[in-house]
Amino acid sequence: MTAELFTQYLFAGITYGIIYAIVAIGFNIIYNTTGIINFAQGEFVMLGGMISISLNPLMPLPLAIGCAVLLTTLIGALIEMIFIRWLVHPSVLRMIIITIGISILLREVALHIWGEGVRSLPYFYGNEISSIDILGAHVSPQVLWVVGICSIIVILLSLFFKFTPLGQEMRACSSNRLAATLCGINAKNMVTLSFMLSAGIGALAGCVVSPITYTQYDCGTGLAIKGFTVAVLGGLGNSMAAVAAGLLLGILEAFSIHIVPLAFQDAISISILLLILFIRPHGLFGSSEAAGLKEF
Amino acid sequence: MAVKNYLSVLILIAVVVSIQLATKATDTSYYLTQLTMTGYYSLVIIGLCLVMGYAGQLSLGHAGFFAIGGYTSAVLTTYNLTTLLEQGNGLVRFLSDKGLLISTLDLYGEAVLYINPWPAAIIAVILTASIAFMIGIPVLKLKGHYLAMATLGFGIIIFRIALATEILGEADGISEIPGFTLFPGICVNGDFGNRVMNYYIAWVLVLIGVILLLNLIHSRVGRALRAIHGAEDAANAIGVNTAHYKLYTFVISAVFAAVAGIFLTHYNGGIGPSEAGIMKSVRYVAIVAIGGMASMWGALTMGVLLNFMSLRGMFGSYDDAVFGAIMIIIMLFAPNGLLNLSVWQKISKSAGKEKG
Repeated sequence: MTAELFTQYLFAGITYGIIYAIVAIGFNIIYNTTGIINFAQGEFVMLGGMISISLNPLMPLPLAIGCAVLLTTLIGALIEMIFIRWLVHPSVLRMIIITIGISILLREVALHIWGEGVRSLPYFYGNEISSIDILGAHVSPQVLWVVGICSIIVILLSLFFKFTPLGQEMRACSSNRLAATLCGINAKNMVTLSFMLSAGIGALAGCVVSPITYTQYDCGTGLAIKGFTVAVLGGLGNSMAAVAAGLLLGILEAFSIHIVPLAFQDAISISILLLILFIRPHGLFGSSEAAGLKEF
Repeated sequence: MAVKNYLSVLILIAVVVSIQLATKATDTSYYLTQLTMTGYYSLVIIGLCLVMGYAGQLSLGHAGFFAIGGYTSAVLTTYNLTTLLEQGNGLVRFLSDKGLLISTLDLYGEAVLYINPWPAAIIAVILTASIAFMIGIPVLKLKGHYLAMATLGFGIIIFRIALATEILGEADGISEIPGFTLFPGICVNGDFGNRVMNYYIAWVLVLIGVILLLNLIHSRVGRALRAIHGAEDAANAIGVNTAHYKLYTFVISAVFAAVAGIFLTHYNGGIGPSEAGIMKSVRYVAIVAIGGMASMWGALTMGVLLNFMSLRGMFGSYDDAVFGAIMIIIMLFAPNGLLNLSVWQKISKSAGKEKG
């Protein structure tokens, strides 16, 4: 493998990896406040892409993306209010089936609105053939957009959770919901907020990545399972580790093209998921002592 | 098996026979095609019901087992061995000598040699059981979300393999699969004249499945499974080998799915990657959930109803959406299944004696 090819694969891996990381962070935000894995997480990414593509002819691109993120955030809030907010101590199995149902409904709605065709946003800067030379590799400027915006999302989120009162309230709910409620935090609103937040970041990621990977009504499932892989790889609930795990999976996947056919690319990452679940269900970065107290 | 269960089985037989007679009387025997397919899908569903309802383990990969069974049987019974025999392949010669091969002429008069569906089916079942066994050992240690994702992942891998492997026909799947002659004169195939016979073959198979499962549920195994479902740690503490029982039921239900896959493949004369798709697995789970998890009769009833309506195309292009919506509604309002929403429970709920 030449050095150029190596860098080329590396950049492809980083692009996909950071998207997986965003999906994984979406999983983590909801998991932390509710203990639910939202199987419809990938659909938020699809909705963000699709809505922005539909709005783009009507308004400038940044505005279209903004509106798409806002709308998806609202959809996230609606989903939580309609399907989840009023359930009293739902079992895990029940929540799995409900969120799978939601993901099917969102996908089917998208199919009936946008059809089976593949769509994409225009490149934010330049076009399909414009490229920047980095260490001998040809990298599309869109890749820099993806990496840049996703990094900003990650940084802003961590600042939000660390320093803003709202972020601290959400963290309080995730560490002890009862105690948080006793301190006067409205735990139910925090859950709604966590759905909005993960829908919003998913949608934004869906917009920036749309010019490269294209958007189709059923692209959410694959993203969800890879996002989950990344979330587990980093240890469920740990968002910073998810970024590292996301990059790791993306790069592994990109280099695997060199060895196995493209059609089996998904199988590779799912095999990694299965392997991790069997060997280290608490993730690469989790402590095995703490894992002894948890159930997997 | 208690008397009550014998009675249920008798009712099932009566229903199966009367439906056939009814279609004959009203001259709507074209319904039998979908009813036959529904029968095979019901076999998957009652098998999944054992895992989900009685052992309390979610499996989002059952379409994978269905596909392994179907595809294995399809490949073995369509792969032309003529050239291999001419080249003097030892294994093919051995099979030929044992009378396990069938040789016919194709449309153009060329000699075609393929494996008899019986050994093919047995190989398919053994293969599925061993895969279920190997996957089951690590997967069943997981719980909740992890179990769901692991089985979903397994299902996706099988789907991808079916979609990307040349010998499995890639996106087109495998077609022109010969009929499966169970006994002389009794053949599983899609021939127009064999419709009534195939309807009964499918439902006799379901009946056998139901009786096997009823016996299992009302045995030591069944009691152990319910203990696992109720409280796994407690079951472990009183000496139930939970890991063993979970694996055992997982393999049994995978075999049910594989048998259904084999028969349906021969009945349809073809199999495609959509049979291995995630939506199929989700659909099986949805039906078991709607039926009330630990209620085989509920799952069977709902399975027949929904699969038949879906196969008749009553939901049109909203097929998947209907299943998604039903899943959500049932889980929101009747998490114990539609048939468990009896008036009695409502009364006791309103009296506040029992928390729903």
